[in-house]
Amino acid sequence: MITFARLSEQFYALTAQWGIPWIVPTLVVMGIVVGVIVAYIAVAAMFLIWWERKISAHIQVRFGPMRVGGWHGWAQSIADGIKLLLKEDIIPARADKVVFVLAPMVVFAASLATYVTIPWAPGLIVKDLNIGLLYMVAISSLTVVGIVMAGWSSNNKYATLGAMRSAAQAVSYEVPLVLSLLGPVMLAGTMSMGQLVEAQGGTWFGFLPGWFVFPQAVAFLVYFVCALAECNRLPFDIPEAESELVAGFHVEYSGMRFAIFFLAEYANMVVVAAIATTLFLGGWRGPWLPIPGLPAEVSRGLFSLVWFQVKVYFLIFVMMWLRWTLNRLRVDQLMDFAWKILLPIAFANLIITGLVVTIWK
Amino acid sequence: MTIQLGIFYILAVFTVWAAAVVVLGKNIVRAAVALIFTFCGMAALYVLLDAEFLAAVQVLIYVGGITILLLFAIMLTSRISSATARVINDQVVLSAIAAAGILVGLIYAAMRGIPALSGPPRLPETTPFLGRALLTTYALPFEVASILLLAGMVGAIILARKE
Repeated sequence: MITFARLSEQFYALTAQWGIPWIVPTLVVMGIVVGVIVAYIAVAAMFLIWWERKISAHIQVRFGPMRVGGWHGWAQSIADGIKLLLKEDIIPARADKVVFVLAPMVVFAASLATYVTIPWAPGLIVKDLNIGLLYMVAISSLTVVGIVMAGWSSNNKYATLGAMRSAAQAVSYEVPLVLSLLGPVMLAGTMSMGQLVEAQGGTWFGFLPGWFVFPQAVAFLVYFVCALAECNRLPFDIPEAESELVAGFHVEYSGMRFAIFFLAEYANMVVVAAIATTLFLGGWRGPWLPIPGLPAEVSRGLFSLVWFQVKVYFLIFVMMWLRWTLNRLRVDQLMDFAWKILLPIAFANLIITGLVVTIWK
Repeated sequence: MTIQLGIFYILAVFTVWAAAVVVLGKNIVRAAVALIFTFCGMAALYVLLDAEFLAAVQVLIYVGGITILLLFAIMLTSRISSATARVINDQVVLSAIAAAGILVGLIYAAMRGIPALSGPPRLPETTPFLGRALLTTYALPFEVASILLLAGMVGAIILARKE
């Protein structure tokens, strides 16, 4: 089987034969991986922004962007990106400059680092860590740090309020989020993202695919709700509620720094959907056909790559759909929902899953 | 091996620098932000010691949870975030003696190589081992720590409710 790990090892062995110290090929592989991931994030974010504008427009019986690029305004995001690049970079006079500059970097680095353990296709994973899932959850919790840094350093009351709301929300929703992820982990007996997909191979009752969403439907719903909150998306968008906080934590940011926040937000949506796909929707699993002229393994890999993307973008579509149909929760409703409803459900699911797993095995 | 050593020194300098900012910084929010970087540096050092699980938990609990709550508390008390904090208080002599004592002990340990510090043989995977150890051999300390935390939480609620 062709895997990314084996390919890079062959590359290391080859360069070792040529007498090059191992740090050089390691850095080359790292550079390629970072380049590919950043390119993917940039393209995905531009597509998602355009897609979100189209979806919101159609939900509100409008057309959305129609002019730039010709067909349904497909080049609108590219134009917006160029505009943001050319805009003046403003740092408020009384802002804490070091923290202000650092904040978008922290947010983007946190979402970039989680792409390391996403299993795109069989064998196509940058590093299949033993603790892959825990790593992803831990690293993505760093996003809040960046948001709080941005909000405080801006020296603006709206920004500070947004950051505080974000901190309260993220800390509360992280608890049921992690608990809901434990259900599939208990069923699979592993936290490695690659092995979690492998564990969903068989079928339930002979006809349903062996995805964990069927025995763990409750956990899936809890995870999805918490993931919406972690991404600061409606109905959980009080950190950046436009109508009360102007824009929340990034109100003082302009130009490229603002674009980085935007990019990280959409990159986070992809990460959240990728975790849900991997744990509950069978990852890259799906029916595949041999493509004529290609070895079976390669055609299966190509189909898997497409299946993974289809599932991820379907979940993102649901997130956008919810954003444009639901209204915002109040702060107290938000906290009540996390601690009084989601947390007990997640605990009950955990206990029942544990009982069933110990009795069955 | 030498590259690992180099990475260790880079991480060590970064962590110690961040920790120094925590202790010596006059602005308390900046100190809290530097604390986050200190914890991240510690997590990276854990990875270097083959303790990936501990590193991930360090980031998840300390960075994603505790420091965020710390920042939250600082930002709620408006006077603290603007005023400059005192770096040195009245117990400077006592704490200097304690710190010097710890420093001497650590240098002694590094020179002699205390046998208990050499550690057990490396495990291929630490996570299942840790899980089993926590729920069998160390179940009682684990539960005692949980009860201690619960008591702390109840105490905090009572203190907050009094107003």
